Amino acid sequence: MASRATAQPLSLKVVSGVFLAFWCLLAAFPIVWIAVMSFKSPRDAFAASPWDVIIGPVTRASGNGLSVLDILIGLATLYFAIRWAFTKVPDLVTQFSPAGLRVLGWLIGSAVYAILFVVIFFGVLPVLMGGVNNIAGPLGIPILGLTTEHYVAVWAENEFYRNFMNSMIVTAGVVTISLTVGTLAGYGLARSGSDLAFWLLILALVFRALPHSVLVAGYLPWFINSAEILRPIFGELSPTLYGQPWAVIAVLVSINQPFTIWMLRSFFQNIPTELDEAARVDGCSHFQAFRLVIMPVMWPGVITTGLFSFLLGYNDFLVTSLLLDAQNQTMVPAIAGYFNRETTTTDQVEAVAAAVSITAPLFLLVMVFQRQIVSGLTAGAVKG
Amino acid sequence: MKFKTFAAFVGPSVLLMVLFIAAPLISVFVQSFQITQPIMQQIEVETCTPGFLTQTCTTELKTVPIIDEVTGKVKTATAWVGLQSYSNVLQMDKVWAAMGAGRIGEILQIDFWKALRFTLMFTLITLPLVVCVGLAIALVVNNAAKSIRGPVIFISLLPFIITPVIGSLSIYWLFVGDGILTAMMERWTGQDIAMFAQAWTIELLMYFYRVWHVAPFAFVIFYAGLQTVNMDTLESAIIDGASRWERLRHVIVPHLMPLMIFIGLIHLMDCYRVFEEIVGFRAQAHVISLQWLTYDFLTPDDAGNRAISRASASAMLTMIGIVILLVLPLRRTWRDHKRGVH
Repeated sequence: MASRATAQPLSLKVVSGVFLAFWCLLAAFPIVWIAVMSFKSPRDAFAASPWDVIIGPVTRASGNGLSVLDILIGLATLYFAIRWAFTKVPDLVTQFSPAGLRVLGWLIGSAVYAILFVVIFFGVLPVLMGGVNNIAGPLGIPILGLTTEHYVAVWAENEFYRNFMNSMIVTAGVVTISLTVGTLAGYGLARSGSDLAFWLLILALVFRALPHSVLVAGYLPWFINSAEILRPIFGELSPTLYGQPWAVIAVLVSINQPFTIWMLRSFFQNIPTELDEAARVDGCSHFQAFRLVIMPVMWPGVITTGLFSFLLGYNDFLVTSLLLDAQNQTMVPAIAGYFNRETTTTDQVEAVAAAVSITAPLFLLVMVFQRQIVSGLTAGAVKG
Repeated sequence: MKFKTFAAFVGPSVLLMVLFIAAPLISVFVQSFQITQPIMQQIEVETCTPGFLTQTCTTELKTVPIIDEVTGKVKTATAWVGLQSYSNVLQMDKVWAAMGAGRIGEILQIDFWKALRFTLMFTLITLPLVVCVGLAIALVVNNAAKSIRGPVIFISLLPFIITPVIGSLSIYWLFVGDGILTAMMERWTGQDIAMFAQAWTIELLMYFYRVWHVAPFAFVIFYAGLQTVNMDTLESAIIDGASRWERLRHVIVPHLMPLMIFIGLIHLMDCYRVFEEIVGFRAQAHVISLQWLTYDFLTPDDAGNRAISRASASAMLTMIGIVILLVLPLRRTWRDHKRGVH
């Protein structure tokens, strides 16, 4: 490849370098910028000069600022926290979690880590630095305006944590159920070459193309009146499905099914048939072969598909906003509530802070699972 | 695999899809011919106001909904109305009137046709842009040094993975009012610019947002495809004296063609559902899409009523559109299947 003929002329190198830099800037800028805005007081956040937004003079003047020392120590803490997360935490998790419950160990481990991080970074460090800044002289004078008041307002006063919990319930339900149902179907479809399997896949493709609002138009009348419709069967226990998170989970799982089975099927097709044939020769039934032979090797595909199910449940606006009432609202539709009262600039910056809070978990997700996401994107395309 | 085992494996998934996708579709189809309204009755009400000597009393006929005595809810009745909901959505009489008067532009004032126009234009304009931008990024990253590829892919994935509503909001906040980029453009042009005051600027931002959001997806797929380009063909092209552009045109693009079709198909499906942009950009006063139209019918109005039958009619019309879009690709797949390639 690295012959003279394929070597690039300088002009091409420069042009492609500039293009790449431009794309990276374009890709990251809006996200980085709303993150910066969310830490400033309203006047700074919507200032006309970009420099004012970054430095935040008004925020600094109101007593919320970081000194050079703050910034240096904050960055150092952040660096060590991230390094520690990728080196020490995995060891601790493997050490303390029993062999069968590795996944649970990871969940608890990351939750503990997240809580520790928040306590140290936002609880201990500011108090500590307040003392240090007083005795540090010129290095302790605030130079960069930065305030977390909007996050406090969003999470504590506006009870955004309720929406967060609802989002977590819905996404967790969607991921578990759609993976359980989807792996079975994906395996069945991958191993059966019949016409029926083909037609099911084509039907799934058509279902994937359906606009979600079409389906919601079908659910709404039934969900609102379900208590009366189901009364003859369940009697007084019959629930009103409208506003129930588990009904939304069922809906999102079904909407996600076509995509899930297509993706898992393509992963299962990569697992050699010889594997389950060998198991069958040894006297396993299809289900035993699936459980004993296929399940241990299918995890990469399942994790990748799970990521995409997570994204669907987490990012959904249409279904959750129409089928859930205000008490059970998830995060993304809840942010629409901010538009309606977005009268002052403070409200606007609070909406920005809420938006950043929604994006942060996704950012972490890409950081940890970049490889799986890329393989998931290409699995359907390159092999199918 | 025997049919019974196959059914056991696929059963739960099929059941979910039948229950929550196929059944609602039938329900929507039926609903679109029905209309459910509260039963009204006319009652005579006598209202008296104090007057001199005698009260002034007037009796008048009032129309009030009948309230069920057991449940305390308004009684409703469902009636078959045929194509009435469809004609409410399509408003063909206004369309013919506009055609007759030769003012085609007026058709686009009607919600459904406005939404259809935007949805189709949105799909057709963003499709080539997404493919071109994705291919360009993939080619450049493929030629870049190995050490920077990882970080570039990481940054590129951010716009793709971000919640669509939040992504469009993040761009909205850059341009809203005197947002940072509007202020910059105002400084360059010396004019007062309002990006969200007219339809065409909003549409431009929507096209931009969609390309920004989907190009990473195309990029990742093309990038994976570029790893499998046949090196022998490429080298023989070089020996034959093909220029860089000719190699791209005659070796790389044909190799990536199936991927382009795949991306095109996915993009077609997703663009036809364009919705989140309208929420994020708060564009409903200027630009609407088909899916947003159904959503709007489904959201309760000020009196708490949802226009279910009109929503169903517009949903069915949306469905017809997606079927027309998918017929050609599906026929192709069917022919491939018959030839035994699948």
